[in-house]
Amino acid sequence: MWYRPFPWLIVGAALVYALLPYFTDNVQLRESLLLAAIYIILASNLNLMIGYAGYVNFGNIVFFGLGGYVCLYLVNDFQWPLVLAALVGGVAVSAVALLFGLGILRLRGAFFALATIGVNQAIAQLVTNFEPWGGATGIYLSLDAYGPLGGPLQALWITYLLIVALMAVSLLASYAIRNSKFGLGLLAIGQNEDAAAVLGVPTPLYKALIYSASAFLPAVAGGIYFFKSGIIEPTSAFNLQTSIEAIVMVMLGGAGTILGPALGAFLYEELRGYLLTAETFSHFQLVIAGVLLLLIVQFVPGGLMGLIYRRLPRMRKILE
Amino acid sequence: MSALLEVAHLSKRFGGLEAVSDLSFTLDEGEILGLIGPNGAGKSTVFNLVNGVHRPDSGSVIFQGTDITGEPPYRIVRLGLARTHQIVQPLAELSVLDNCTVGACFGRDNLSLAQGRTVVREVAELVGLSGRLEDPAGQLTTVGKKRLELGRALCSRPRLLLLDEVLAGLNPTETERMIEVIQKIRTRGVAILIIEHVMRAIMSLSDRIVVLNLGRRLAEGSPATVANDPKVIEAYLGDPKLLAAVEHS
Amino acid sequence: MIGIVASIIDGVLIGSVYGLAAMGLTLIWGVMKVINLAHGAIIMLGMFMLYLIVTALGLPAYSATPVMIAVGFVLGVALYWIAVHRMIGRPELMSLLATFSVNMVLIGLGTAWWSTSPYNVPVSIAGVTWGRYTFTGTHITAAILAVLIAGLLYLLLYRTRVGKAIRAVANNRDAAELAGIPTTQVLSFAFGLGVALAGASGTLIATLFPFTVLSGEAYQLKSFVVTVLGGLGNPAGALLGGIALGLIEGLATPFMPVSWIPIVEFGLFVFCLIAFPRGIFAFSKA
Repeated sequence: MWYRPFPWLIVGAALVYALLPYFTDNVQLRESLLLAAIYIILASNLNLMIGYAGYVNFGNIVFFGLGGYVCLYLVNDFQWPLVLAALVGGVAVSAVALLFGLGILRLRGAFFALATIGVNQAIAQLVTNFEPWGGATGIYLSLDAYGPLGGPLQALWITYLLIVALMAVSLLASYAIRNSKFGLGLLAIGQNEDAAAVLGVPTPLYKALIYSASAFLPAVAGGIYFFKSGIIEPTSAFNLQTSIEAIVMVMLGGAGTILGPALGAFLYEELRGYLLTAETFSHFQLVIAGVLLLLIVQFVPGGLMGLIYRRLPRMRKILE
Repeated sequence: MSALLEVAHLSKRFGGLEAVSDLSFTLDEGEILGLIGPNGAGKSTVFNLVNGVHRPDSGSVIFQGTDITGEPPYRIVRLGLARTHQIVQPLAELSVLDNCTVGACFGRDNLSLAQGRTVVREVAELVGLSGRLEDPAGQLTTVGKKRLELGRALCSRPRLLLLDEVLAGLNPTETERMIEVIQKIRTRGVAILIIEHVMRAIMSLSDRIVVLNLGRRLAEGSPATVANDPKVIEAYLGDPKLLAAVEHS
Repeated sequence: MIGIVASIIDGVLIGSVYGLAAMGLTLIWGVMKVINLAHGAIIMLGMFMLYLIVTALGLPAYSATPVMIAVGFVLGVALYWIAVHRMIGRPELMSLLATFSVNMVLIGLGTAWWSTSPYNVPVSIAGVTWGRYTFTGTHITAAILAVLIAGLLYLLLYRTRVGKAIRAVANNRDAAELAGIPTTQVLSFAFGLGVALAGASGTLIATLFPFTVLSGEAYQLKSFVVTVLGGLGNPAGALLGGIALGLIEGLATPFMPVSWIPIVEFGLFVFCLIAFPRGIFAFSKA
């Protein structure tokens, strides 16, 4: 894939994204870019399920939260280095996802969607009652944990860079998968699962693989994010609303495309930032997100990228 | 030489309805076997049982000596058995090229994307879709979609192809063209099991015919034999087209 | 021994209300193959309707049910045209997201108005005492009303022309269209009906338990469990399935903390879907 221009564009954009707050020495910018990057990671991995395979994972936040818990537990209780702990978190959560996936991926449509919510709630409930992970209070990271990274201030920059790197990897992975045989099989499943099976696509295997794969990067990102936050507790780790917003982001930007989720995440974050500061709207965040989603689904199901591709069909070749 | 496909005592019920009942027939390599019968006779169900969409209640399906009864469809395609659908199922938002590439890459041989695309170009030439490869499959005309169904199945390089009413909804010119394509497919050594209501076509294409009625085998034999069989005539209520079709072929 | 019988009876009573809730969901699915993910929010609206009727308007509690049926029907028809109509025939993902967005809007508005605090509407009705056990009046009344409404639904579906049209469209929309039935209007009617049933069940549930804006979600899950127990698209099965679920809950509650019950139901839901794709009480053929 490195023969095509697009992957290099992603790498270039990520470099700019990473270095921008550094060279402007702007901490506020860094914080808001970090949050946007997290959403881009969540949205583009969710896109693998929604946009490629056609399965709506309503409970996608569970990967993020669980990854956060595994990482913080390993760092806090066993003094593991951050990167290793986060990666192990990613692997562990992918494995759990594979296990759950084998069960719930037999379900179609809304039943699968509801089951994913159930998975999120079930795991949130389990974690709330799990003493080694702090139960309902959660895990508080001691400041010593930032020592290996050169202290808390430097740790903030390092975690930012790591998150941006994960964001780039997410986008590159989306690109690689889309242009692979595996990706073609997934797209076929998303179009018509029964027809895909009749054409030879091993549907149960592919669905389980992509569900598990879509868990990995969010889990790693969760580890790093909650490490940076210094604390993790069940309500915020498994917050269903964030899950839902990720879906809106994917649909806003354009499900099934590579840039779509990133665009959608970025725009939605901007919109949200604006809404939260405008006093009148803060209560109506969910309402506005709902109306947005409804409008998109009714009138612009292809999202922003769908609109762009309709005007400029050539872009499709470059961007995918 | 044992048969390419052996269907033995196949039965399937849906709720209270016995869709297929104790059905047996064989199909040899390079043969075109026609499956006819009045509406609701169970023909599409037979296809679904053979290619793994439904599991038979009893009976067996043996393909190339391997028992494939109850295997899922994606494994059956790997063995060289492909099928088209009566109600076409294009992967609408994907291009014609991508549609067929799915068939090619996930078919009998495990091909890479590049290898699959080469197969597709060749098959597209045969079925007449060469000019349409970049179009989204959902935007094809009826005949285009029929060709896509056929082409996609062919891309998986099957030894046996199940054709489910590929001629339905086509005008006479398109029908002729499609019949030519089917004959070309046979000359490449692919055996065909075909369901058709266009009597003239199926009578002229088939080497043998199996007649189904109410899920059971009513008659079997050459087109001429079957057309003159009084049981068959009664089942079709003396369909004059049936006799006329045989007289013409 | 008698304790278990009492538990069973109580479970059956509450289960009838679950059945009513599920009937709305399964009707919509049966007629237009759409799964209404706003179902829980509608139940929530029914709960708050009871609150409004009793607390704000000072009217008798059970008048909320017929009011909600009327309001719910109108709301349902409106929602059909706003959110669902264009989704018919499109990939299922789209109708899922459409009804889900309605859910988001309703919950968002509800939270803005009523916040997430718990509400309670005390309703006092004489109960029935049998030996050491008293069956609360609210449980009994709710069950009676639920069965009554289910009966009315049956009459509507099987003894009126509208009902016949609904069943025809549910069976085969194209054929119904050819037979001259205005199928789009039937779809909107059916959606209104489904929403009305869900809302009605909300008014009854609110007489039994305290509730918040977020309570609907739990009942949506229960409705799904009931629907798969009873078979998709099968209203009679929904009532039976509801009673079955009520039974299971009644037998399980003494043995586990309340917060675990939704998880058990989730497990049951997934299990039933995988093991009994056509429902345990599947009356209809495939």
